[in-house]
Order: sequence, then structure tokens, then C-alpha cells
Amino acid sequence: MEYLNLAIKAIFIENILLAYFLGMCSFLACSKKVDTATGLGLAVIFVLTITVPTNWAINNFLLKPGALSWINPSFASVDLSFLSLICFIATIASMVQLVEMVLDKFFPPLYHALGIFLPLITVNCSILGGSLFMVERDYSVVESTVYGFSSGIGWLLAIVSMAAIRKKLRYSHLPDGLKGLGITMVMTGLMAMAFMCFSGIDL
Amino acid sequence: MASAKKLVTDPFSDNNPITVQALGVCSALAVTVSLQPAIVMTLALTFVVTASNLIISLLRKVIPGGIRMIVEMAVIASLVIVTDQLLKAYLFDVSKQLSVFVGLIITNCIVMGRAEAFALQNPPKASLLDGLGNGVGYGIILISVAAVREFFGFGTLYGFKILPEAYMGNGLALLAPGAFIVLGLLIWIQRSFNKFVEE
Repeated sequence: MEYLNLAIKAIFIENILLAYFLGMCSFLACSKKVDTATGLGLAVIFVLTITVPTNWAINNFLLKPGALSWINPSFASVDLSFLSLICFIATIASMVQLVEMVLDKFFPPLYHALGIFLPLITVNCSILGGSLFMVERDYSVVESTVYGFSSGIGWLLAIVSMAAIRKKLRYSHLPDGLKGLGITMVMTGLMAMAFMCFSGIDL
Repeated sequence: MASAKKLVTDPFSDNNPITVQALGVCSALAVTVSLQPAIVMTLALTFVVTASNLIISLLRKVIPGGIRMIVEMAVIASLVIVTDQLLKAYLFDVSKQLSVFVGLIITNCIVMGRAEAFALQNPPKASLLDGLGNGVGYGIILISVAAVREFFGFGTLYGFKILPEAYMGNGLALLAPGAFIVLGLLIWIQRSFNKFVEE
């Protein structure tokens, strides 16, 4: 039950995109078509679900203050947490490479549809942000898996709805300066406002 | 090659990283609740993007094409770690407020984008200026958004009371939707001045 609560919280109440602004760059770049948006969203779910628990293991067995004591009790005072950023990003980069190879082999249409955006997942802040929030909030291994997966779902939800809205927007007459980025930001703001209704839910 | 002055000033407005290139939007929204974190974030990012542009430009002839992303990542991540540790040591309160967003400079598309698009092809001096210009261009937007949000949200600017005590503060400006809408409107204003139209 508490995992369900965590999932609902990560998807709706603290949506990684609409409440923490993570993954905005790819959100803005890839929300023009629903197909691309769905593909990218799925890739994000997949990568987040793998990287958050992997980084949990790295953090808890290698980097945290005293984490190395499982090798030898005399290492208990070693604190490598300043290395966490570089380790996390390395894990993410290799995971993305892996996803890219798997997609290329088994789902070539999706691979071609995503094109340049797949390698860009490495620099999608929602992935690294997921890992950093996991450390900050001290999740357990199951919690971090659930958190990674549901944050990904939240992101997918946001980008697919945005892609659908932008499709409609193409037929509306906007002031020149507002076209594209401007109106997308304002629409995202309205969407975030709608998602704020969930914050009244008591879990 | 463009003149040194143009390299620095171009990203301020005509080729602004946030409003025109749509890069680095995440942190522009997240750290702009009030002016102080926005200014600290601007300094941190300007430092990282300038230094990473310089280093990558110096290394550009020795970086093999196939692994250039990883090399860039390593350079940027090391610089961010230095920044993060410095902030924790000297500005602990602000660094707590910025929480994960200092770490997220690594994945800030501006840094990676400038390294990839500019520093890899250009000599060190030009890259340094380009990094500086982009950092400041990013800062201009960040500080404008922060000023608007702090003014309407708390009625203050950099902690000083501007509006009378009776002003209750508009909570929406401090929350996520406020950030999105303020930035959206700012992009509109900026693009109307520039006459920049997106297809």
C-alpha cells in the first residue's frame, strides 16, 4: 500500500516534469507529434526504472559515508559521496547506450523514430534528477524502483498530453512571438495548475 | 569568424540560449523563486560553461570523435563537482535551497550544447567568450523571471520589501504554474522585440 502511495505521489502530486521542471528540454523538443512523444516517454520510463535502483546500489555500497565497510570495517570512515554525480552520470550514459542497442536490434522502427533523441536521454535532467532525489529522500531499494518507474509514467503522461494539445494548437491563430516555445510554456503552466488539484489528496 | 564582441553579446538577446535555442529550461524554472538563488545559479552555470568550453576547446584536437560525448561529460561533471563542493563550503544555505539543481548543471543542455556546437570547432579564446556570453544570456532570463516571481510572490526584491505590508503575496507565482507562465510570457516579449518567429 505504501508503494502505491509513493507511485501516486510520483505520478500526480509531485510530477517530475510539472512540479520539479525536470526533463523540460526534451519535453519541448519532442512534443510535436504524439508518436515520437510516446516513444520517448517509454524510453524514459525504461531508463529511469533501471538507473534509479542501479544508482541506489552504487550509492549504498560504494559512495555513502561508511558504505565501504562491507569490504573491511576499517573503511567505515571513507566518504566518497562527492563522486556521486560523476558515477551516476556514467551509469546513466551506459544504460542509455544499452537501451539504444536493444531498440536497434529488436524495434528498428522505434529506433529510427527516436533518432537523435535517444542519446539525448543521457542529458535529460529527469533521469539524473530521479537518482539525485532518490539519494536526497533516502529511499530503500524497492522504493527507488517504484519511484523511478512511476516518475517515468508521470513524465510520459505529461509529454503525451502536451503533444496532443500542440497538435490542436497548430490550427489556432497566435501572435507571432508566442508561436512555438512561448505558447507551449503557457500551456504547460495551465497543465501544472490542473495537476496541482491532486496536491489536496492526503496520503 | 565573428568578432569577439559579437561572440559575447549575441547570446544576450538574438541567440539567447533559453528563449531562442530552448536549452537549459529546467533550471530556469526551478531556481527562480527569488533573486538570490537565481544569481548564485547564474554564477555557477557561467563558471561551468565558460570553463568547460575552454577545456574542451583546448582538447578538441586530441578527443577522438567516437567517444567525444563521454569526454565532454567527464569534463563537465568534474567542473560541476568542484562548483557543488565550493557552494557547500561557502554558501551552505543557498546550496540547500538549490538542492539537486546544482548537480543537474551536468545535464543542463546549454553546457553540453555549447561544447558540442561551438567548442569542438573553435579555438580556445573564441570558445571562452562564447561560454561567457551564453552564461550571461542564461543569467539575464533567469534573473528577470526570478525578479517577477519574487515581486509578485512575496512583494520583495532580493529580500527587501517593495510592496506595502498589506500585500498578501501571490502564492501562485511561487508555485510551478507561475514559473511556466512567467517564462512563457517573457519568451513572448523577447521574441516580439527580436521579431523571431518559430515555424
